[in-house]
Amino acid sequence: MTSTEEKPVIEIDTPDDSFIRMIKKTGGPNVQNCYQCGTCSGSCPAGARTNYLVRGIIRKALLGLKEQCISSPELWYCTTCYTCTDRCPQDVMPTDVIKAIRNIAVAEGYMLAPHQKTALKVLEAGHAVPLEKEMWENLREKVGLERVPPNASRYPEAIEELQKIAKKTGFDKLVEEKEEKKEE
Amino acid sequence: MAKQSFYHFLGCIIPHRYPSIESAAKIVFKDLGVNLLDMEGSTCCPAPGVFGSFDRVTWATIAARNLTIAEAGGHPITTGCNGCFASLWDANHELKHDDELRDAVNENLAEIDREWKGTIEVWHYVDALYSQVGLEKIRKLVTRPLTNVRMALHPGCHWMRPKQIKKKDDSDRPHIFRDLCETSGAEYVPYKDELICCGAGGAVRTADVKLALEFTKQKFDSLLDAGGADIIVTPCPFCELQLDMGQVEIQKYFEAEYHFDVMHVVELLALAFGHKPDEFGLTTHLQYMQRKSAPNWERLGIEAKI
Repeated sequence: MTSTEEKPVIEIDTPDDSFIRMIKKTGGPNVQNCYQCGTCSGSCPAGARTNYLVRGIIRKALLGLKEQCISSPELWYCTTCYTCTDRCPQDVMPTDVIKAIRNIAVAEGYMLAPHQKTALKVLEAGHAVPLEKEMWENLREKVGLERVPPNASRYPEAIEELQKIAKKTGFDKLVEEKEEKKEE
Repeated sequence: MAKQSFYHFLGCIIPHRYPSIESAAKIVFKDLGVNLLDMEGSTCCPAPGVFGSFDRVTWATIAARNLTIAEAGGHPITTGCNGCFASLWDANHELKHDDELRDAVNENLAEIDREWKGTIEVWHYVDALYSQVGLEKIRKLVTRPLTNVRMALHPGCHWMRPKQIKKKDDSDRPHIFRDLCETSGAEYVPYKDELICCGAGGAVRTADVKLALEFTKQKFDSLLDAGGADIIVTPCPFCELQLDMGQVEIQKYFEAEYHFDVMHVVELLALAFGHKPDEFGLTTHLQYMQRKSAPNWERLGIEAKI
C-alpha cells in the first residue's frame, strides 16, 4: 500500500454518471469508448516527466470521481499535443476529454492564477500576448513593418466586441470572480 | 488567372514578439505572386490550449468572430501559427458539424451584429504553400539554396493533429513540412524526438515554464545525440519562441547551454529566395536580443554581416 490512509471501495455497480454526461456535453463525446489500454499515457510527453496520467484521469471520470478529476493540479500539465488522440485505438479523443474536464474545473472555480491573467489580457487588449510596450513597436519598425499591426492592437472596437462576447457568455464573471476570491 | 488572395491572420506572437516572421511571410508570398490581405480588427485566435481549456463556447465564439471578418471579404485565411490555425480551423470545423455549438455561437455573435456562415476555409502557411501554391513554383524561386546547411525540423502539433479530423498529414510519419523545408536546399537531419511537442502548448508554458522547458531540453539533447544541426526550422511562432528564447531560459533554469539558430519556415524560404537576413530582421529573434548574440553566419553559409 502506498497510502497511509485506508481508501474507500469505489462502488462501480452504481457509478454517478452525471460527470460523464457533463464531459460528453462539453467536448469529450467519446469518453466512454475507453477500454483502459494505456496507449494515451504511453504516448504522453507530459506523463513521461510528471504524475500526469491520461488513462488514470479518464478512469476516474468513468467512475464518477468528479472532484478528484477537477481538483488535481496535473490536469493542467497536458500540452494538448494530440499524440494520444492520434494513437488511441478506441477514438476516445483523450485530449478533448482533458479539455472538457478543464472546462468543468474552471466553471467550478479551479483556475490557476497565471491562466486567469492571460484570460484577462485577452479581454483587456484583445490578445493573449499584447503589443504592450514601445520596445515591441520599435522591433516591428526595425524589421520593416508598420509600428502597430492591423489587429486589435490598432482597432479598439475589436476589444469592445470581445468584451461584449465575454459578458454574454459569462466568461467575464468567471475570470473576475476568481480575482475577488484571491484577494480575500 | 486572377491572383490568389488570402486574409493574413497574424495572431499575437508573430506581430508582437517575432515580427521577422510577419515580414518574411510578406516577402515570400509576394515573391510567389500571392496576395496577403490585412485582417483588420482581428483579435487573439483565441489561444486554443488556454481559452479552449477554460470555456469551449467562449473560445469558439471569439474564433468565429475572427472567421466572420474573412467571410465578409470572401477570401480564405492563412496563418503562420500552429495555435492560431488550431483555433480557427478547429472552430470552423466544429461549427460545421455541431449544431448545438453553432446555435450558441451565433446567438453570442448576434450581440455584436455578426453571424458565422461557414463560407471560407482556413490554411496554415505550410498547407497553403504545399497544396495551394505548390512546391514546383517554390523551387523555381530558390536562387540561394542552403547547400550543406544541416537542418533539423520541429513540425509542432496543431497544424497536422488531430490527424483523423484535420486530414493533412500522417502525424506519426509526416512528410509535407519536410518536403516544403527541403525546397530550400538544406539537408534534413533526423533525430529521435523530432515529433515531440516543444512543451509550450496547452497552457503549460503559462502555468509552469520550467516544465515546458523540460520538453524543449529533451528535444535539444535528442538532436545533439543525432549529431546536431545548424538550424532548427518550425512552422509555428510559439514553438519558435519556445525553442529560441527557451535556450536563454534553459540556461537559467538548468544551467545547460545550447546554441541553435531557430527559424520559421517562411524565414528559411526568404533566405533561400535570395533575400538578405536584414530584409526581414532575422537578427531580432529574442535569443539574439537577450544574449546580445547573432546568428551563426558561417554555419548558415551567409557572408554578409549586417
